[in-house]
Order: sequence, then C-alpha cells, then structure tokens
Amino acid sequence: MKKILLSIVTLTFAIVLASCGSKTNDNSRKAQQLSGAGATFPLPFYNTVFEQFAETKGDAVAYGGIGSGGGVRNLRDKIIDFAGSDAFLTDKEMADMNPVIHIPTCMGAVVLAYNLEGVEELRLTGEIIADIFAGNIKMWNDERIKSLNPQALLPNEAIIPVFRSDGSGTTFVFTDYLTKVSQMWASKFGAGKSVNFPVGQAAKGNPGVASVIKQTRNSIGYVGSEYAFAQKIAYAKIQNSNGEFVAPSSASISAAASGEIPNDTRTSITNSAAKGAYPISTFTWMIIYKEQNYSDRSKEQAMATLDLIQYILSDEAQKITAFVHYAPLPTKAKEISLANLKTVTYNGEAILQ
Amino acid sequence: MNDKIYKAILFVTALIMPIVCGGIVYALVTDAYEAFEHFGFFKFLTSSEWSYTEGAEQYGALPFITGTLMTTLLALIFCIPFSLPVALFAGEYFKGTKIAAVLSTVTDLLAGIPSIIYGLWGFYTLRPIIMTLNISPQGSGILTASLVLAIMIVPYAASLSTEFIKMVPNDLKEGAYSLGATHAEVIRKIIFPVAGSGIFSSYILAIGRALGETMTVTMLIGNTNNIPESITSTGNSMASIIANQFGEADGLRLSSLIAIGLILFLITAVINMIGKMIIKRARIS
Repeated sequence: MKKILLSIVTLTFAIVLASCGSKTNDNSRKAQQLSGAGATFPLPFYNTVFEQFAETKGDAVAYGGIGSGGGVRNLRDKIIDFAGSDAFLTDKEMADMNPVIHIPTCMGAVVLAYNLEGVEELRLTGEIIADIFAGNIKMWNDERIKSLNPQALLPNEAIIPVFRSDGSGTTFVFTDYLTKVSQMWASKFGAGKSVNFPVGQAAKGNPGVASVIKQTRNSIGYVGSEYAFAQKIAYAKIQNSNGEFVAPSSASISAAASGEIPNDTRTSITNSAAKGAYPISTFTWMIIYKEQNYSDRSKEQAMATLDLIQYILSDEAQKITAFVHYAPLPTKAKEISLANLKTVTYNGEAILQ
Repeated sequence: MNDKIYKAILFVTALIMPIVCGGIVYALVTDAYEAFEHFGFFKFLTSSEWSYTEGAEQYGALPFITGTLMTTLLALIFCIPFSLPVALFAGEYFKGTKIAAVLSTVTDLLAGIPSIIYGLWGFYTLRPIIMTLNISPQGSGILTASLVLAIMIVPYAASLSTEFIKMVPNDLKEGAYSLGATHAEVIRKIIFPVAGSGIFSSYILAIGRALGETMTVTMLIGNTNNIPESITSTGNSMASIIANQFGEADGLRLSSLIAIGLILFLITAVINMIGKMIIKRARIS
C-alpha cells in the first residue's frame, strides 16, 4: 500500500514537472523528464541544483524527499531514475538488486547543538558524547567535561539529551561515529537509523530536535549541519582523531573526505584521520543502476541521467553547496565518480565515451 | 419507479460505510499478521522491548499501551473538574439563559480547534511553565501531554453531560425543593443519580477521543520507547509511535506498527461501544 502511494507521489511530481517545459537540449538530444526520490538531507541542495540544471540543459528533474529507505525501495521497484541516500547500501542490500553505482553528490555533518546559558564555546570528545547519550555522564559539571572546558561556567544541572524519534540518516551518521570512538557504545547500542537511546527525550525531524534544544535549558542534541547552520544554533567543537578540536564548517567537513576513498565510494568518513577534519561528517549519495535499460527507459533518458550527475559533480554545481549550507566534494571523490560513470551502460554499451 | 431508484441509491451509499470499515479492519489484520506470527499475540502485547538491532529485532506494544492508557486516564481525571462545572452551570443553574448559551458555544468551540494548535500551545507555553515550576527538567512527558489532552476533551464531556443534566424531569426536582432541599442537595441527590449513567457515558466518549489523539501527544510526550516510570517521565503513546516511525519503517517493524494500530482500533471501538450502550440504557430509563 505504502509502495503504491509513494509511486503515485513520485509520478505526480514527474507529471507536474513534465508540463513545465520542453526546451530542446544543446547536444541535440530531446529534453527529458527525470525523477528521483530519497533522502531529505540533501533536498535544499538538490532543489537548487536541479533548477539550475533545468535552465542550462533543459531536462526537468523531480525529486521526492521521502527518506533514504523509501528512495532505495523505489529504485529497487525500478520506478525512478535515481535514488538519493544518506547511507550507502550494505553488501546484503547490493546483492538483492541489479548492480548499482554510488555517486557522492555533496557533504554534510552532524553537529552537537546545546543550550547552556553563558557558555559560548563547548569542547567535547567522542567518548564524552557517547557517555552523555548512554546516560553515564549525567551532570554538566562532570569532571571530564570540566577538564576540557576550564573557561566555561558549567552549571550543576542534569544534562538533557535530545534525539530523533523518527528513523533518520542523521541518527545513522551520529551513531556510526559513536560506534567507532566508543567500545561501550558499539557493544550496547550500535549504529542505525533508529537507535534505542536510554535517556533524554526525542523529537521528530531536525526542526523538532532543534526547537526542543532551543527551548530546553541544559539540553544537548544532534542536528544535521545544513539545518544547524541555517538556524544559527550554538554547537560544540569536537575532538577529531588527531586530537584537534574542530568546529563544523564547509572546510572542516570537506577535509574529512581528504583521505583514501575506495573505488565504489561506499565509505563512512566519520572519525576521519585527516588533518583539520570535523569527525562527524558524511557524504550523501545518488544511486543509479549500472545497466540503464530498465522499465522501458529510452537511451536519451539514460543519457540525461548521466548528464545530471556530471552536472552535479561540476565545479559550477559544487559551488552552490556553500550557499545552501553544505560542503563541496573533494577533487578525489569527483574523479573517482566520473570514472565510475564511464562504466554505466545501455544495453551493455557504455553511454559515455 | 422513482422511489425504487431512490431506494437503490440510498442502499448503495449506505453500504459503502460498512465496506470501508471492513476494508480497514481487513488491511490492518493482514498487515499486522507478520508481527503477531513472529512474536506471538500475547508476547507482542506484554513485551516492553522495542529494539531495532538488525537480525534480532524485538518489538512489543506494552510501553505504548501503557503510555496511551496513562495519558488518557490522567486526561480524564484533569478534565472532570473543568467539564462537570460547565455542565452543571449550563444544564442546571443557568439553564436556558443567554450566559449559559455563550458558555456552551465557547466550550464547543474548543472542539473545533485543530490538534496541532493545541500541540503548539503545549510546546511553547505549557512546557516552559512545567520546566520553570521544576516539575520535570525536560518539560515534555506524560503529565504535559495529559494536561493538554484534558483541555481537548472538555468540550466532548461537557456538552453531552449538559444534555443529560437538562433531561432530568422537573417534577423530581420540584418534589425535592418542596421537601426543603437546597440546590446543592438537589444536584447531589436527584441530578447525579438520575443523569449519572448519561454523564458517565459522556466521559467514556471523551476517552475515546483522547485515546487516538496523535499530533498533540507526539509533540509533548517526549517520544521515548520505555514504560514511563512516573507521570513526569517521558514515554510514547500508541498513536505517537506510529506517527514517529511510520516513515522509515519496513518489514517486521512496519508490521509491528500496524499491529499497534490494530490494537488501538480495537480498544477505541470497544470503549465507544460501551459508551453507546450506557447512553442507550440511560435514555430508556
């Protein structure tokens, strides 16, 4: 039932956009209507980029922000051209589908937003964050927090952790980081889109968590950077694996991906070893089928899909990231992705020369 | 001929409602089956585990059943001191006056306010008050949700109670007054015993409303998947867990959420049926 509903939503989007324009393309290909669905995290970035793409190339793109899981489901049902996802597919999920490729499109981070009167700067380490969210550190004036923040006037009050009540890629990235930095967290809670946090309270979506934090004294919670930057919430500096305390920013998030990237780009860059890296950073991906001839798609549609992805990887599109509070991809990720695109085929023949 | 067509159309349209209702039950049961089969019906009802760990997923409805029952019961307790005076005021003391009409209209107006508005009020006004009064440090929780729920169900309880109090025969009341009873004594000894079952049923219908309330509760209950330890702790109700987790759920979790929906449907149906039965008996007597 839900599947049908989602397909209807996606289709409606596509139809609405289809009626919007039929400019011809510069490389003599007819203008196409592309449709995608998935993660809400990159939605503001995609909206801007797709608009620009429609203006320069003439192809209309419809994207439904229905959540990463829903996007992957739609791709598996072969009713969309591409899926957006905050988490790369696991080997098991890959085995359930025809071969796909992952293309990182931009970067973001998860920030630790807090509400502490008079505390302008807060420094935290991964282990302390894990202990706060596991309920092991209960008070703000705990010795371990105090020793990191000798300047701050930490109150003798209970910490109120705030987390997401709905399944979310943001939760996945955050808990993936905690799993890497804390043995205790890995064995007791693990990583996932939904995790059973033992203490605190939960709210729905980034806006929900952010407004609870804004309203609740002595609270701390994790929020997507794209939302936190736009809302100007106070957030903590976090120690990376080099011992540096780093605030999330376009530069420090991009730095997290400056290390090794595997050829299929399926990698978690949390707790990055790179210098100046913000440790809770992430890619967001577009996922497409390697063989583009499915569900009666024309070759032109397949070409349009690749044009779109090449456009997103271009400097012109990557420049937009900063305006909408994301971080651009490092050169290496772009190079690998462009090489991966050359392996995409239509009826077994490579589309790009 | 005309009459026949008319009858046929009526028959078809009337038939649609039971079909829709049956369809809902059918869809809920088929989709919930996987969860009941996997965990066992009673284990699902009594397990308090809600764990997402892949491969070892454990879903039980007890924390949410508890959350729903706690918020509903508290809302009912908080709602009585507001709704009963309104009903007595409009149905007895100032029966038929302009001021009673105004009061009834205003109370009924409360029923028309969308639940998201109550949620916002609770979140931005009531929650900070609870925090300042130091009742709970995080502000959200069973108590906060129940207080707002109580206000939401006042109109349902009050307007029906008013009707039943108005229906108490005048002869009975006049008889009591002629024997020297005071107004308060008439209320205690005549109105409550006569209109009692009717008033009771109006509260049952109000409960039915509180059970399924989703938006307000989701915004205020704190959304943690544990059995609440006290009325100030956070929790989750059956409606709010579904609203929270439906989006990204699939497989066993989706089925468990639908199973919770089915249980909520059954509880609400039974409570409404009890209410209707009592009203019927009250009308007959």
